[in-house]
Amino acid sequence: MNDVTIHVRDLRKTYKMGTERVHALAGVSLQIRRNEFVAIMGASGSGKSTLMNILGCLDKPTSGTFELNGKMTHQMGPLELARVRGEEIGFVFQTFELLNRATAMKNVQLPLLYSRRRWLGARRSAKAALEKVGLETRMGHKPNQMSGGQRQRVAIARALVNRPSLILADEPTGNLDSTTGEGIIALFKELHADGQTIVMVTHEEDVAGHADRIVRLRDGRIDSDYPTDEDPIHRIWLDQAATAARQRATVPTGPEPLEVN
Amino acid sequence: MLFRLSAQTVFSAITQMWANKARAALTTLGIIIGVWAITAVIAAIGSLNGWVMKGFEELGANKLELWGQVPEGQRGRMSWQKVKLNQTDADAIRQHAESVDLLALYANESCRARTAYEEKGGVRVTAIEAEWLEINNRTILEGQPIQPSHVEDALQVCLINEHGVEELRLDNGGVGEHIFLNDHRFLIIGIIQTKDLGPMFGGGEARAEVYVPFPMIYKLDRWPWPQATIRMKTEGSEFLGKDWTKNVEEEIRFILRNVRGLKPGEDDTFDMFVIESIVDNMRKIGDGMLMGASVMVGISLLVGGIGIMNIMLVSVSERTREIGLRKAVGANPLVILLQFLIEAVILCLGGGLLGLVLGQLTVLGMTSVDQENWPFADAQIPIWAIVLAIGFSAGVGIVFGMWPAVKAARLNPIEALRHE
Ligand SMILES: Nc1ncnc2c1ncn2[C@@H]1O[C@H](COP(=O)(O)OP(=O)(O)O)[C@@H](O)[C@H]1O
Ligand SMILES: [Mg+2]
Repeated sequence: MNDVTIHVRDLRKTYKMGTERVHALAGVSLQIRRNEFVAIMGASGSGKSTLMNILGCLDKPTSGTFELNGKMTHQMGPLELARVRGEEIGFVFQTFELLNRATAMKNVQLPLLYSRRRWLGARRSAKAALEKVGLETRMGHKPNQMSGGQRQRVAIARALVNRPSLILADEPTGNLDSTTGEGIIALFKELHADGQTIVMVTHEEDVAGHADRIVRLRDGRIDSDYPTDEDPIHRIWLDQAATAARQRATVPTGPEPLEVN
Repeated sequence: MLFRLSAQTVFSAITQMWANKARAALTTLGIIIGVWAITAVIAAIGSLNGWVMKGFEELGANKLELWGQVPEGQRGRMSWQKVKLNQTDADAIRQHAESVDLLALYANESCRARTAYEEKGGVRVTAIEAEWLEINNRTILEGQPIQPSHVEDALQVCLINEHGVEELRLDNGGVGEHIFLNDHRFLIIGIIQTKDLGPMFGGGEARAEVYVPFPMIYKLDRWPWPQATIRMKTEGSEFLGKDWTKNVEEEIRFILRNVRGLKPGEDDTFDMFVIESIVDNMRKIGDGMLMGASVMVGISLLVGGIGIMNIMLVSVSERTREIGLRKAVGANPLVILLQFLIEAVILCLGGGLLGLVLGQLTVLGMTSVDQENWPFADAQIPIWAIVLAIGFSAGVGIVFGMWPAVKAARLNPIEALRHE
């Protein structure tokens, strides 16, 4: 029981657009265990962000239950939800969402400002988090003095600073070039190796390939849910990538294929 | 947590305000002007009140003037000689009036004055009982005052003021010299200080004044018109409290009607006047001015408040994403509400302080006018007005910052993060 971080049952989220109803989530049930690294994939509009927002206690489901570390979050009021967000969850956004006026140090300290416990030693915690993401030399820099990859690292440090039980990342590499994105994924793998539970949305198979498990959504439902090396789609992609690499090796004079990465 | 958060918010609000000095000053203009006006007006009215009161105090506080009067309906039928105040009236009041501290009969007379070197008509002579000097707070600069024995024995002595000494060319300083008033010879026994009543009461222009014992009036004038000046008790009397001067008047009226044998239904054959009542009126005028100023200030605070509300709404919408982020990392709605309320209050307090500074500068300007008898010489902003101004500024911040703050607190974090 305590081994299960996330336990979601028949989660639904319906948006009313005038007379029309959009079922962003149409009955999702899911369990994620401690120290799993889960990739969530799916076409655009399939409900990935909606699911992440509910898992991050930023949004409430229309129906269904969501248990986080044994706590029934769907029964909580706004004050309790805010506390769960601050103390149990670290959220990483595609667009970083840093405060431009504040230094990396201040940005990382922000969650500590709202938590009851960890203010004493806030600087120390923030410094440790920034060291963890490899930015110990950039602590006094403001976001506009940093590259996209560095900004996302600051955002990850901010997500880590409260030692949350769960890290949620919605397309964390979506705004980064592939090399930088690989660095970020490597960082996630490192955190995972340290025992961190991570749920990450991505639409890139190679990024998803670093996770333990791939959950695919389609039209607000779970389409498939396999360990990464058993996922049929991922296997097909792996085969294709291997073929492409072989072709590259056997046709040394040919042009570089554009879309492979 | 709240304390730490408030401290951080206060700090960041001040930083932001400083970064947008011009904008902050413009939005808080209403508050600046409101606080400026109210503090300056309060200081000015305070000084003006003091100035007026001082005038009355010179005239004599707690004083009641009493004189004979032919009733309205009896004019032409009743003789003025019959109603004028006399010793019997005075003694009755002295003896029976619980509320009276001192009473002095006096009468004014314009005389011809003559000394060895000078002769002058129209010199103002006042015949007084000894208590008159005390009631009117008069100081003897030299020699001795007129004493009860002088009055009892009807001695031909007198007091003269410095201007009199000068005008009548009493070259040896006056005391011990003689002066003829309407050809009666008086020994000068003392020099009395001139009382400057200030411009409000027709003072300022120095004149010769001579004072003689009360019985002398009968020598100087065939038809003297005695009046009484009375000092009312301000302690140890059962007549104190609200409307106390009315009660004093009633007591004197009762005694005099008895002494004069007036029957119920007959009109008073005397009249009286309490200086205190003018003071009350002046106070009411001051209060009225303050009320007018308060209304104006209320309006400018309202305008200021709307400005604050506007800028805070702009601020909330400018920082929608930031609010979303703060919520995403654990800020609860109350904390966000508090943050924006504190910002609004800080903004208003900034405006209030600036208004106070301007008010203080205005007051400094008022007090630096170098002119005698300037009514605003003592202007200063009282502590209570400072507290009030600061409190009102903060109040405006809370009242008008509430709606924007509630709006911020209610923002849905996801929608806020999606905001452009
Ligand atoms: N606030 C909203 N109002 C209306 N429809 C929404 C809202 N948010 C999401 N949706 C709809 O819900 C569906 C799922 O959206 P989303 O979870 O963002 O998809 P994804 O992140 O997988 O691209 C989409 O059809 C989207 O249009
Ligand atoms: Mg999405």
